[in-house]
Amino acid sequence: MTKIWSIPGGIHPEENKSQSLQLPLGEISLPDELIFPLSQHIGAPAKPVVAVGDRVLGGQKIAEAKGMISAPVHASTSGTVTAIEDRTLPHPSGLSGPCIVIAADGKDEFADFETCEDYLSLDRDTLVQKIRNAGITGMGGAGFPTAVKLSPRANQPIDTLILNGTECEPYITADDILMQTRPEDIIRGTQLLAHLLGNPERVVIGIEDNKPKAIAAVTQAAQGTNIEVVSFPTKYPSGGEKQLIQILTGKEVPSGGLPSDIGIVLQNVGTAVAAYEAVRFGKPLIERITTVVGQALETQRNILVRLGTPIHHVLAEHGFVEKKAMRLIVGGPMMGYALEQDDVPVVKTTNCILAPTKKELPPPPPAQACIRCGMCAEACPASLLPQQMYWYAAAEEYDRLEAQNIKDCIECGACSFVCPSNIPLVQYYRAAKGTMRQMAIDKEKSDRSRKRFEFRQERIAKAEAEKEAKRLARKKAAELAKQKQEAEKAAGVKPASHADKVDIVATAMASAKAKQATPEEQKSKLQRAVTSAEGRLEKLQQRHAEAEGDMKDRLAAQIKQAELKLQETQNKLADFKPVPTEIVAEATDRAPAATDPNDPVAAAIARAQAKMTMAPDEKLKANIESLNGRLAKAEEKLATAQAENSDKVEALQTGVDKLKEKIATAEKELAELAPSAPAAPAPEEQDAAAAAIERAKAKAAQQASMSPEDKLRDQLNSMAGRLEKAQAKLEKAKADNADTVDALQLGLDKMLSKRDKLRDELRAINPKAPELDDQPTASSKAEETPEQPDAATAAIEKAKAKAEALANMSPEDKLRDQIASLETRLEKARQRLAKAEAEDDPNLDAFKTGVEKTEAKLEQAKQELSNA
Amino acid sequence: MAFMKMTSPHTTRAGDTGDVMKQVILACVPGLITLSYFFGPGTLINVVMASITAIACEAAVLKLRNRPVGFFLKDYSAVVTGVLLGLALPPYCPWWIVVVGTASAIILAKHLYGGMGYNPFNPAMVGYVILLISFPVEMTQWAIPRTMLEDGQGPLGPWIALQHIFTGAGSIDAFTGATPLDVFKHNNSQLVEHLYNSEPIFATGRWAGAGWEWVNLAFLLGGVYLLYRKIFTWHTPVSMLATIFILSLAFYDGGSSHSGGSPYFHLLSGATMLGAFFIATDPVSSAVSTKGRLFYGAGIGILVYVIRVWGNYPDAVAFAVLLMNFAAPFIDYYTLPRTYGHDKARRATEKKD
Repeated sequence: MTKIWSIPGGIHPEENKSQSLQLPLGEISLPDELIFPLSQHIGAPAKPVVAVGDRVLGGQKIAEAKGMISAPVHASTSGTVTAIEDRTLPHPSGLSGPCIVIAADGKDEFADFETCEDYLSLDRDTLVQKIRNAGITGMGGAGFPTAVKLSPRANQPIDTLILNGTECEPYITADDILMQTRPEDIIRGTQLLAHLLGNPERVVIGIEDNKPKAIAAVTQAAQGTNIEVVSFPTKYPSGGEKQLIQILTGKEVPSGGLPSDIGIVLQNVGTAVAAYEAVRFGKPLIERITTVVGQALETQRNILVRLGTPIHHVLAEHGFVEKKAMRLIVGGPMMGYALEQDDVPVVKTTNCILAPTKKELPPPPPAQACIRCGMCAEACPASLLPQQMYWYAAAEEYDRLEAQNIKDCIECGACSFVCPSNIPLVQYYRAAKGTMRQMAIDKEKSDRSRKRFEFRQERIAKAEAEKEAKRLARKKAAELAKQKQEAEKAAGVKPASHADKVDIVATAMASAKAKQATPEEQKSKLQRAVTSAEGRLEKLQQRHAEAEGDMKDRLAAQIKQAELKLQETQNKLADFKPVPTEIVAEATDRAPAATDPNDPVAAAIARAQAKMTMAPDEKLKANIESLNGRLAKAEEKLATAQAENSDKVEALQTGVDKLKEKIATAEKELAELAPSAPAAPAPEEQDAAAAAIERAKAKAAQQASMSPEDKLRDQLNSMAGRLEKAQAKLEKAKADNADTVDALQLGLDKMLSKRDKLRDELRAINPKAPELDDQPTASSKAEETPEQPDAATAAIEKAKAKAEALANMSPEDKLRDQIASLETRLEKARQRLAKAEAEDDPNLDAFKTGVEKTEAKLEQAKQELSNA
Repeated sequence: MAFMKMTSPHTTRAGDTGDVMKQVILACVPGLITLSYFFGPGTLINVVMASITAIACEAAVLKLRNRPVGFFLKDYSAVVTGVLLGLALPPYCPWWIVVVGTASAIILAKHLYGGMGYNPFNPAMVGYVILLISFPVEMTQWAIPRTMLEDGQGPLGPWIALQHIFTGAGSIDAFTGATPLDVFKHNNSQLVEHLYNSEPIFATGRWAGAGWEWVNLAFLLGGVYLLYRKIFTWHTPVSMLATIFILSLAFYDGGSSHSGGSPYFHLLSGATMLGAFFIATDPVSSAVSTKGRLFYGAGIGILVYVIRVWGNYPDAVAFAVLLMNFAAPFIDYYTLPRTYGHDKARRATEKKD
């Protein structure tokens, strides 16, 4: 005698199994219309492979598996596909879903099935593939694709195969009658499954002891094999996967795990027979045994019914008295679901159609208060505390529910069954589980977006840092260049060229070019774009097929758009020819200074691609237009640069010249290409560009005619004017005690520092410029004392006066004067240096340099004087 | 056509909460009969009065709370509270004691906390403790068992009893006396053996005091019936009785004048069996898991013994139960059963990060 284990809890509802066992297994007539939902199993819905209007034969595949966990669907009789549309599904939700509808032609013709006598000699994969192609899914309840269950992971050797013939739900006898009538096929099917799982050590068929005939038949058939047939006391829910495993092996499936985690595979006896038929006779899953029972029916029995048969057809064949029935249940009274409509079909998992009268299964009385009597806990096969879970579910305390292991609830309904207060406990748990699932999804979503946000912040910060680093590098380079310039100037050599600057521009262009794709890459990119557009279109169409109402319209619009895009991309691909390098180069020209090259480059590619699709003359025109625009911009930049006496001037000048050249070439080309085409790009535009060029030129010429020194003087003077104004404003603001004092002060400080800079520059060009006199003192004072504006103004006034005086002086006098002032300054500077040294000032070096410079200047002035 | 939409399960076991409560009331009958046999009709009058008061209070409060009166009265929970309090009150106590106690139980201990299923404390015991603290004189006068009556003296007639209860007329001093627990508590000079011989309440009894031992056995019988009907599980009563047994055995010390009393004495005295099978098993206010109920019952057993032997009150079931009611939610947090598929039990306070 095999050892059996007991499970905690469990209940003994009235079995009600005899009603449907009075008559032998029957068959019913073919319905006129059969409905095949595309999702009769756990996993991805099948994908239709027939079209409306196709004639199909019985056993023909009408929808194929999509993805690993999926199962195909087969027609169960011959007929014509009349629709592929949404129909009400046989599902607790009562929702609709895609179904293939077939009008039976009554001929009941079948496709040829590929039989195979010596199936055990085939290799494993072929057999599993046959089972998969036959659309076999678990026939006990959930409908998990059998082929998937038969392919356990390599690191999980299966040592036990359990065949479930428990059928613990009241009323249902489908497996019972199968075991009674076809025990040999069950044994063959079991052997096949065992073979596929590598012949596990233990193969056992478990049957509850309320089915003596079935036990006898299967035991008889199993003689001479290594298959154990074990019967155990009847108790609901012994037939649950986890419970049966516990009864037969004493092991528990780990929470959240699968039986294969502990080396066990469990299959329903019906599934074993279906798998056997699939490999032996090539017969797909097109019919099943279903119990049709309930006192609202005249005939109660088991039938072999074609899948897809509408339930109302089954009921009509059994003398259904609609008046007597109060509800219609698919499955048993414990875990079955009530149907609202009887137009749903029999599917792969439909093991029972129950049509009870109101007396037979009365509606539950109103729920009373929970008194925590604990009868539910006594009945729970998972050792949960349903009464506590009920409290927490009602209070929506999901953390507590989680700690109570609500996820391990198998929703068997034993707690609700025993509850003296008639509380629909399972319903509370289902609702809570649904909410918790949704919460988990939401949490994951928000976690993802948070991570994305953080990553983005990081990325931005990084980009900023890079930008800053680049900026600093540029600044340093500019300073270096300036020093070099100064050095050259000091050496009396006119700066030859800003070679390094040009180099920078050239490098940027080169690098952008390097980033530009080769023609092959461009082509493959276009191809990828086409593929992705196709993919999107398909997805949208699929969603459109599933969608309803508003959503459908919206999706239709999106599909249109996607179609257009696809067409466009395809055209582009068709028209594709390698892009001339000049255009690429030109495209690259636009983005030489970009800090983040990706986007501008992509934009440039897009522009270049757009150009390719244009007629050559249009292309040229566009080219000229854009060149003109760029020229205007470049000229403007040049002008600014010149005004600021920036060291970029030369580089910019080169750029402008190049652009001009290009425009000229393009215009020439255009003229040659199409005499009929407008000879030149839109005249106004050209005029505008020309005007801009003229303006910039004029300014540049004007500035060029000035010596740098004059320019600086000019600027200094204007700055002095602005300073005066700013000071006046500041005074006023201070007098009025206005809020703007700080802002004004800040502005003034900025101006002062700018002025100092200008002075520095001027000094670099002409150290003797009169504006420079006495400046260091003034500016240093300005930085230190609160009365700095006044001091600065005074200094400026003084400097101006001096400048005027100087202008009237003879050169010799001027020099003397200068020498005197320089000597004073040197004296002062030395004093400060001494003080700084005494105080160990960090600016010591600066002071030293200042002193040295002043000495040098003094020396120079003395020299000049002696020359003069 | 459309059918009724319902979720599974589509079938339930017949019976409701009212049936459970009726079983409890039925199981009280042997105890009630025995009490009435030994102590006269006082307890029966108490039970009837308390039940009527309980129903009236329940109906009134339900009406005030706008709840369906008939629906809730049918759960018989108010009657159970009334019956249990009536059994616990001393026979022949004034009528207002019964009314005040029952009203406190139903209104204060039950409905102010939300009514059926929401009361953290056992209502009957709350009513009892309120009376015991407020009216100690009336609450400590127990009737003497019939075995102690003098020759020729019949038990108190129902008419005189009612007269005394409602008007206070007529002296019933001849019919009242100390309970075995009182007598034992006030003994500090005699050996247990001597006490048993000298005190008529022990002398006329067999193991633990005249009348009381039979009353307790009758409640034990009712309790066994409820266990058989699976109204509750064995965990709370067995754990409580076992604890009392072990403690009384440990502190019996051979029967000196400082003895805590024999296990027989403790198990068959006072409200031990009533408490173990009818009070401590109240599901609403007790711990929920079987493991939790073992702790809960043991806690009550310890408290009962400690208060009886070293405390100020002769009996302690009411206090012990109420104190453990406080502890029940705490016990629940740490005594979850091990769920299928888990290596070990979790704690209800666990939280996911």
